[in-house]
Formats: sequence, structure tokens, C-alpha cells
Amino acid sequence: MTDLNVSTEYAIETRGLRKVFGSHVAVRDLSLTVSRGEIFGFLGPNGAGKSTSIKMLLGLVRPTGGQAFVLGAPARDVEVRRHIGFLPEDFRFYDWLTAAELVRLHGRLCGMSAAKLRARVPEVIELVGLTAHRDRKLRGFSKGMLQRIGLAQALVHEPELVFLDEPTSGLDPIGRRMVRDILRAERDRGATVFLNSHFLSEIEVTCDRVAFLKDGEVVASQDLRAASQEAIRVVVQARNVSPNAIEALGAWADGVEAQPDQLRFRVRSRDVLPAIMRHLVSSGADVFALTPDRASLEETFVTIMGEDRGL
Amino acid sequence: MSAIWIMAGITMREAARRKIAWTALVAGALLLAVFAIALRLQVLQFQSRPMSPFVRYQVEAGMLMIGLYTCDLLAVVLTILTSIDTLAGEISSGTIHAIATKPIARWQILIGKFLGFVGMIVAYVVITFYATIGVAYAVTGVIPEHPVRGLLLIIFECIVALGITFLLGTWFSTLTTGVLALGLQGVAFMGGWLEQVSGFSQSQHIVTLGVISSLIMPGESLWRRAAYEMQTSLAGSLSFSPFANVSIPSATAVVYAAVYLCAALAVAIVHFQRRDL
Repeated sequence: MTDLNVSTEYAIETRGLRKVFGSHVAVRDLSLTVSRGEIFGFLGPNGAGKSTSIKMLLGLVRPTGGQAFVLGAPARDVEVRRHIGFLPEDFRFYDWLTAAELVRLHGRLCGMSAAKLRARVPEVIELVGLTAHRDRKLRGFSKGMLQRIGLAQALVHEPELVFLDEPTSGLDPIGRRMVRDILRAERDRGATVFLNSHFLSEIEVTCDRVAFLKDGEVVASQDLRAASQEAIRVVVQARNVSPNAIEALGAWADGVEAQPDQLRFRVRSRDVLPAIMRHLVSSGADVFALTPDRASLEETFVTIMGEDRGL
Repeated sequence: MSAIWIMAGITMREAARRKIAWTALVAGALLLAVFAIALRLQVLQFQSRPMSPFVRYQVEAGMLMIGLYTCDLLAVVLTILTSIDTLAGEISSGTIHAIATKPIARWQILIGKFLGFVGMIVAYVVITFYATIGVAYAVTGVIPEHPVRGLLLIIFECIVALGITFLLGTWFSTLTTGVLALGLQGVAFMGGWLEQVSGFSQSQHIVTLGVISSLIMPGESLWRRAAYEMQTSLAGSLSFSPFANVSIPSATAVVYAAVYLCAALAVAIVHFQRRDL
């Protein structure tokens, strides 16, 4: 485990961060906080400024204005990077290295000792499922395999904060699932994860909190943990539902609306749905469908961002 | 400090793995073979036609200088060609992102890579330089006057070319870096010739032009100093060529090249530290 001598309430904090390239404003005014131990999703359409924001947080790009802190240190601090891992978008590296050599090199650059690396390199290569390819040169790697080995180099030194820029873009469904499991394991270890991704469904199941970036500004943020506590709307397609049966629904649900062939109500938890189903069927109703409905992240995204603006 | 050595090591390993170093050595070996054959043919011609030992020695010493000049030129060109991609290429491909986000300062990345190339240049020049002298000695028995001084000056010339290539690489793309670095080498070459011509023509304008060229890119003056150090008593055997010296660069020219190299590296570091990646 890395030594945890850098401490602050937030893993990431930015205040009015701004980046202008010539006349193009890439990031207008980025103010956000990411708590320690969170998996944070950064969402936005192409060109919203996501990658530029990550680059400013990593000290790769110099902000035009504002401030950025990671793990309590200014983003350009070199030493704090000992506790940071980064998987760039479209990870590419010296293709003449083998997978194991690449991970070892990055571990050494992070200041890891040879003894530590001997144990850690096979471990992290196993984690990303490349043990069978550890002595193969990167030259023969597919895009997905490069993403996997990129993830391994980002995690080799067990960082406290991990930035992942589109980590699953080259991966098949099994690879994506692997990344999801790794991210959860990282959070359980106590690490903070900052994730840029276009895969909203993945963000939805992986992230604790998301921020929506539009035209270089955070326009909304959402706590997905809280969202899971929110009421769930349920629509039931049914006929022959007796008034008594409708009234009895109050035991599980609120806001019951009865329409011809349809019932609408809200429940606190999905757990009550089987009981409702049994109740309706035993009361003599003909049930055709029962559908829980919550606004998906994709719907929220489209609502916030508006329709495709041709980007 | 260790980060610098890691970067230097990986740079050298890259050259070995990507067969850059081996290709360069093959190029050197081919030139050496041509040189050996030419020398041998010359010696055979001398044997068929009686000639004064003095003239014969002059011609053979002159040919050794041609061999060493070729070795110098090849080393400089290979220095530029092998190093143009190391910064510019990694910046444009994004490879640098995974390195520059590690706990290493950017100047350490730059200096590490620079030292890696310096290590390879030293090894390459030592091998080709002594191989050339060895061949010349074996075929003709001629040896240069101060080979170590000559060797150090040739290595220094390559390092100056490396410094300017690094500087350009922090600003421009790989292709532009290559074009500009080789172009500057051309200016240096021109400067060398102009200064030679000025030795005969006595034209102040040509002297000035030659000096300005050498100030813009001081590499060639280092070769001419090296040639001067190595030929000494043989000076004038090939009196009007880049292999010999009419106007000899002073020690100040060597000091200027050192200052030039330091300035190029300093500007490269400052710009690389500040630029967006």
C-alpha cells in the first residue's frame, strides 16, 4: 500500500479552472470537488473539454486561469504524482517493450524498488488478464490489449488517485466488465477514481457521482448513490383490476393512478415488486406487464446536453 | 537523479531494440570498407609508380583525413536522424503522457533522453573513428597527430547537433525538426567552406558571412579544429578542402560551441517545462 502522507478532504478540487487555446475556449470555468474514495464520472459530449480538464489536473496542460489541486497539492507538483495513476485515452507506448517490461518501467518511474516490482508486476498483469501475453512485445497487441496494459501501468504503484480517460473504448464486453470490477476493487482499497467515458450505461453502474460538462463548464452533477434511493415509478399493464385491489396497493405504493388497462404508482424499492405482482394476480387481475422505470443516465444526459449539435 | 538514468537507459535500449544502433554501425562498416578499398588501390598505384616518400605520405595522410571527415559527417547526420523523433514524436503520438505524469520533472525526462543519446554517440564515434584510423594504419602506416583531441572534438560536434535537435524537438513536429536540424547543418557546412575560401580570397564580406554561418551553427568549425589537431605537420597537404585548414578555428570557437550547446539545452528545458503536452 502506498504511504498516505498527503491528506486533505478532497482528492480533487478545482476553482474556476480555465484553458484557452488561441481563440478557442476549451475549458471555461471548471469548479468541482471529488471526495476521497469516490468513483467519479466525468461526462460530456465530444469537445466539451473533458480531456483538457484531465490534462490540467495531471499537470500536462498549463491552465490559463484558476486553480487545481490533487490530493491537497497543486496539480503541477511533481512529488504528488507518486500517488497518482493515469491511463491516457488511446494508450500507446514503446511497442518494442514486452508487457512485463512496460509495467516494470512505469513502476520504476514511480520510484518502486526492484524487490517490490518483482512481486507486483505479475500481480497487476494478472489483474488485467494479460498473464499469457506478459512476455510478448506490445507491437503485436490489439487496441484492447493496449488498453489493458495501460491500465496495469496506471495501477502498478497502487495509487491513491487514478485518472482513466476512456478506459473501455477499445474493449469488448468482457474487458469492460473486467475494468468495472477493477475500479470497484480500487475504490474498496480506498483509492479515488476519476473516469472519463462515453459509455453512459457503464458510468451508471460504476460511478458514485457524475458531473456533466458542457462547453467547458460543469452544468450539472448527480449523486448516483442517492438516485438509487429515489422513488421508482412503476407502470402496470393490467385488466380487470378491482377497486379493492387498487386501494390495497397503498400498502406498498404511493400516488396510485388507475387508468383503463393501466396502473401507475411509485414505490421506494424494487424489493416490493414481487409482492405487488402476487397481490394483483391473486385479486383476479390480468397482468400483462409490470415495468419499473427510472430516468436513465442517458436520458438525463440528453436532457442536460440537448439534442446532437452536430459535433 | 535516478529518473534521469532510467530515461537514459530506456533511450539506449530503444536504439538497440529498434535496431537503430545496428543499422548505424552497418552504415559505418560499409563506409569503412569503401575507404579501405580506396586506400589499398592508392597504395598499389604508388607501388607501380615510384614517388617521393614525402609526397606519398602527404597523399596518404590526406586520404586518412577524407576517411575521418566521412566518419564525422556520418556521425553527425545519424545523430540528427536518430534523435529527431525522441521528443517531437512522443509529444505528437501522446506517448509522452504516460511518462510526464510520473513523479519525474520534465527536465529530467529531457536530460535523461539527452544523456542516453550522448552515451550512444560516444560509443559509435569511438568505434568508427578508431576503426578508420586502424584501417588507414594497416594499409598505409599513417597515423594522425593528436587522435584523442580529434576524437573528442568530433564527439562534441555530434553533441552540439544533438542539442539543437532536442531544442527543435520541443517546438516542432518530427519532420520539421529533421528539416531544420539538417538545414542548420547545411548552414554550418557552408560556413566552413566560406571561411576556407576567405583564407584565399581575402574578402572581408566572405569572412563575415562564414563567421555568421558558424555562429548560427558552430558544428563544422569543431570539425575543422579537429582536422587541424590531427594533421598539424601535414597541414596544407590538401590545402583547399574541408579536410584541411586554411583558416583554423580558434579555441574561442570551441568555447562558443560549448556555450551554444548549453544555451540550446537551457532553452529546450525551459520550453519543454512550460509547454502543453
